[in-house]
Amino acid sequence: MYDTNLVLGGKEFTSRLIVGTGKYASMEVMREAHEAAGAEIITVAVRRVSLPSGESILDYIDTKRYTLLPNTAGCYTADEAIRTCYLAREAGLGELVKLEVIGDQRTLFPDVEGLLEATKTLAREGFTVMPYTNDDPVMAKKLQDAGAACVMPLGAPIGSGLGIRNPYNIKIILETVTVPVIVDAGVGTASDAAIAMELGCDGVLMNTAIAGAQDAVSMARAMKLAVEAGRLAYKSGRIGKKLYATASSPLEGLPDWTS
Amino acid sequence: MTITVNGKPMEVEAGLSVEGLLTLLKVKREYTAVAVNRDIVRKAEYDAVKLSEGDKVEIVRPMGGGAI
Repeated sequence: MYDTNLVLGGKEFTSRLIVGTGKYASMEVMREAHEAAGAEIITVAVRRVSLPSGESILDYIDTKRYTLLPNTAGCYTADEAIRTCYLAREAGLGELVKLEVIGDQRTLFPDVEGLLEATKTLAREGFTVMPYTNDDPVMAKKLQDAGAACVMPLGAPIGSGLGIRNPYNIKIILETVTVPVIVDAGVGTASDAAIAMELGCDGVLMNTAIAGAQDAVSMARAMKLAVEAGRLAYKSGRIGKKLYATASSPLEGLPDWTS
Repeated sequence: MTITVNGKPMEVEAGLSVEGLLTLLKVKREYTAVAVNRDIVRKAEYDAVKLSEGDKVEIVRPMGGGAI
């Protein structure tokens, strides 16, 4: 079936699964998982170099093949997040950024006020902003209006693996904004990713669900298939839900067994 | 003079440039960025920017992370 590509900042992507680089058992496992996920975009954190500087995570990511997506994980204010994006750009990581402004340490829920402020500033400065936000349609619209290239509502708290807790809100977000909607955070297993895609989301971003699985590489493949299956099901137009049965076989032509 | 590099105090000679500091620390330049006192230093300015007593230097690069 014909499908369009995911477009972010004018760049087209065939894969709709964005993956992370944290919590892997080893760098080799991470590299294999990225391959198995069929991902084209990989998100990385920006942190202090350990001195003297030794091995880099980029020794394990082919930057010619993958698009790097620096994130502002760990930033609690718009100012910190904005400065982190400038640092990332200066480091040569490009202008595609996954913007996180965290509001609470325990839930890692976003601080949407700071997020909106940072989105406005960064979009004005030429960044392609991908904000991690709540599953709130009103905020999604505000982020779009502020210049966000997509919106990335959480399915559930980061790293929780609870799945898509409010599919109806995700559905309303999809009807509210015109920019791509990418579920970011909360996915635990393949069906969660499929549900996000079946709802009509444009992509799914995940890290822990793959990196934390007992076999990260095979889970990465499961996620790839789930995202593809969910997308295909969405594009195919599912049947409606009904309370009672509808026979699949014609009633006409049934043999008569009455005596 | 004393400066702070990635949160740790460090004794360096007065007038050291950002370029000089990176060389001293043997920092790989690829995918690395530097901020001095919260301001990002562009790569083209590494030679020109001289550090002063008490400066706070941050040297960063990509690390593993998904979200948080």
